Amino acid sequence: MNALETAVAVFGLLGATAAMAPARARALVAAALTALASMSALLVAAVVVHTHHQVQITSKSIIPFGGAALRLDALGALFAGLTALVAIAASVYLIGYARHHAMSRTASAAFPLFVTSMLLVPAAWNVMTFLLLWELMALTSLALVLSDYRRSEGVRSAGLWYAVLTHAAAASIALGLLLIAGHAHCQDFGVIAAAHATMTPGLRGAAFLLLFVGFASKSGIVPLHVWLPRAHAEAPSAVSALMSAAMVNLGVYGVLRVGDTLLGGGPQWWWITVTMAGTVSAIYGSIHAATSTDLKRLLAYSTTDNIGLVFIALGTAGLLHATGHPAYATLALFAGLFHLVNHSVFKGALFLSAGSIQYTTGTRNLDLLGGLLKRMPIASSIFAVGAVAISALPPLGGFVSEWILLQSLLHGLSTSTTVTVILVPLSVAALALTGGLTAAAFVKAFGVGFLGVARSESAAQVVEPPRLMNVGAGLLGAACIVLGLAPMVATSIVDGAVRSLEPGYVSAVRSRGVALALRGVHGVFEPTLIALALVTSLSLVGGLRWFISRRRSIRRAVAWGCGREQFSPRMTYTATSFAEPLQRVFDDVVQPSRDLDVSHQSESRYFVESVRFASRDADAFERYLYHPAFAMARTAARAARRLQNGSIHRYLGYGLVGLVIILVVSR
Amino acid sequence: MYGTWMARLLSARVRVTETVPAPAPVDDERAGLRRQLRGSLQIRHVDAGSCNGCELEVASIFSPVYDAEQYGIRLVASPRHADAAMVTGPVTKNMAGPLRLTIEALASPAVVIALGDCARDCGVFKGAYAVEGSVTELTETILQIPGCPPTPAVIIAALRTLSGS
Repeated sequence: MNALETAVAVFGLLGATAAMAPARARALVAAALTALASMSALLVAAVVVHTHHQVQITSKSIIPFGGAALRLDALGALFAGLTALVAIAASVYLIGYARHHAMSRTASAAFPLFVTSMLLVPAAWNVMTFLLLWELMALTSLALVLSDYRRSEGVRSAGLWYAVLTHAAAASIALGLLLIAGHAHCQDFGVIAAAHATMTPGLRGAAFLLLFVGFASKSGIVPLHVWLPRAHAEAPSAVSALMSAAMVNLGVYGVLRVGDTLLGGGPQWWWITVTMAGTVSAIYGSIHAATSTDLKRLLAYSTTDNIGLVFIALGTAGLLHATGHPAYATLALFAGLFHLVNHSVFKGALFLSAGSIQYTTGTRNLDLLGGLLKRMPIASSIFAVGAVAISALPPLGGFVSEWILLQSLLHGLSTSTTVTVILVPLSVAALALTGGLTAAAFVKAFGVGFLGVARSESAAQVVEPPRLMNVGAGLLGAACIVLGLAPMVATSIVDGAVRSLEPGYVSAVRSRGVALALRGVHGVFEPTLIALALVTSLSLVGGLRWFISRRRSIRRAVAWGCGREQFSPRMTYTATSFAEPLQRVFDDVVQPSRDLDVSHQSESRYFVESVRFASRDADAFERYLYHPAFAMARTAARAARRLQNGSIHRYLGYGLVGLVIILVVSR
Repeated sequence: MYGTWMARLLSARVRVTETVPAPAPVDDERAGLRRQLRGSLQIRHVDAGSCNGCELEVASIFSPVYDAEQYGIRLVASPRHADAAMVTGPVTKNMAGPLRLTIEALASPAVVIALGDCARDCGVFKGAYAVEGSVTELTETILQIPGCPPTPAVIIAALRTLSGS
């Protein structure tokens, strides 16, 4: 087992040598070694989950200041396994992708390192190892986001946003971890966990807040999400999938590891903060997803939405635990982690198939796509599977996890303490609202992008992407279906993770034949029956249609275009027009910048020469939080520039003043 | 003084002109179509270049005085919902294409009604440079309603030979 865990690191580091391979083989070497590392990680995770043993590796010499310590428990195994699953699919996809787009040396070195660091972060067992791996993950992903930096200004700007926010988050995490490690006088997670009882509430609270802010930023929680729609949209699609389906999970892992293992649970206000942050993110993310017209930006915002739901579950679990209802708490925790599993799978599938579309059409703008289902049926079907799963429709995985989440929230309501009575209905409302908005977002994405007629030349002439790209995306698409029809496959793994946090825990769900029954509350769910009912009703509708129309002749005609003779695809429903009513409802939240420019003919103002309309989805937090902050920083920097005016006398003076201050202070 | 005015206004009796509609005029030429329409005629109106005289009369057949809907006659917004296209005016060059598309888009039985003298033979616009021809020249019509413009009573009587109610 230790050998396997070592294999993860070895294959990962070997993968970085792909940079030395010739251009044609780079992607193959990088992807193959990444896949090997992921498979080893998957094996370790499987062993940990099934034998209830932990894998442990320590080495004094690899890392300075205390050495490296890796220890994979069931919680870590869940996250490492999930990352490995997504990484295998992304590696297969990458080989197909790189057939025509040679990978740069930097990207081919960064890709295996990125995956390896994500595989090892959940196993890090001391502060130094954790911070080092966390930083490696941030830096390699930054390099990967920037790998298309020549393409557009947007990529460079996304990289800058990501670099600033991820480092601010890393600083916050480092500070938080050092606070608690300093108290324990040891950086080993086990020792820290044992020492948390002696910490003052103020110190614990401060450490938790610092760590929560850092991890929430990684997870794209509002208002620290601004980097996410940019970076996830601009990164190459295999990387977007890894970031959106694996990296954001690690923020959730961090909150769990710190909040539960290292600090041993906390007072109610911690979890109220987590729940509120989750609620705001879920609503804000889903509103933006519903109004976006950029396919990958839409998916990125829906990541904020889904991780928000997971945070709602975590927060509710902590709250119920703090108010003394551990049975409901574990159900909520189970629901949150199970939703995370589903989210990784369907978001991975969605990002990879969206990448195939960008690869073949050269655009992510839904208003320029259309009719793709006919011309690239496989890639489109994978997207459709992901869209159904993310909209929480049976018979796919998203439905199961959102159903359990809703059950846990509704049962949490029955605990009737003041806080839960106020907070839980809000969360339920948020869950319901985001469910509707997500469905609208994906009806838009699929209806406008894949059905109907092509709205541009490039969309009209697409063909299927290279086969390996479809295989990579299809792996995760198939996993969506498996999770929907047989959720029991994953429940035992999630059970293990919950048990490692709550030692006395008995599984929240039990399989009763093909049914899934919730323990402790009334709730039975039969995925196979639902699938059967769906198939039956669909075939009934189909049969009825055939029966009614069998004697009628069918005349095929052109769509009615109000008698216009020049019928153009631009007249069909676009993503912008589909989202317009929603955008109007949420105008205060979305705050889009619209630009309407009408020019008239010189002879008469009654005749319009041209109309130009431009709309850009801006982020209100960017405008009201970040831009003022940047402006302040710029003003401060300008003021500080006066200190440096080129006079050597003044510089010598500074040196003298500094020396005097030091002498006075350290007297 | 004010009170007496109001009293007179309120006590004024509603003058009843007709309570039971007269039976629809019988017309054996269109009996088959009438059976198919079963008492309801949905019309998409196309102004192919009219002076709007006919439009005013068409508008008034749906007024409370004439109330054509009681005879199963309705105007609809899309040819997809319509049994018939009712065309007014001579067919101008610009409207010839849209008229053809509208007639193609009609649902079965897809018949055309020419309303007014212009639709029948271009009327005063005969030979004008922007006129393509009359509706009767360009397509087959099932019903022609003469008049410039035809009065509402004439229009209703003619349409009732189709709706049959």
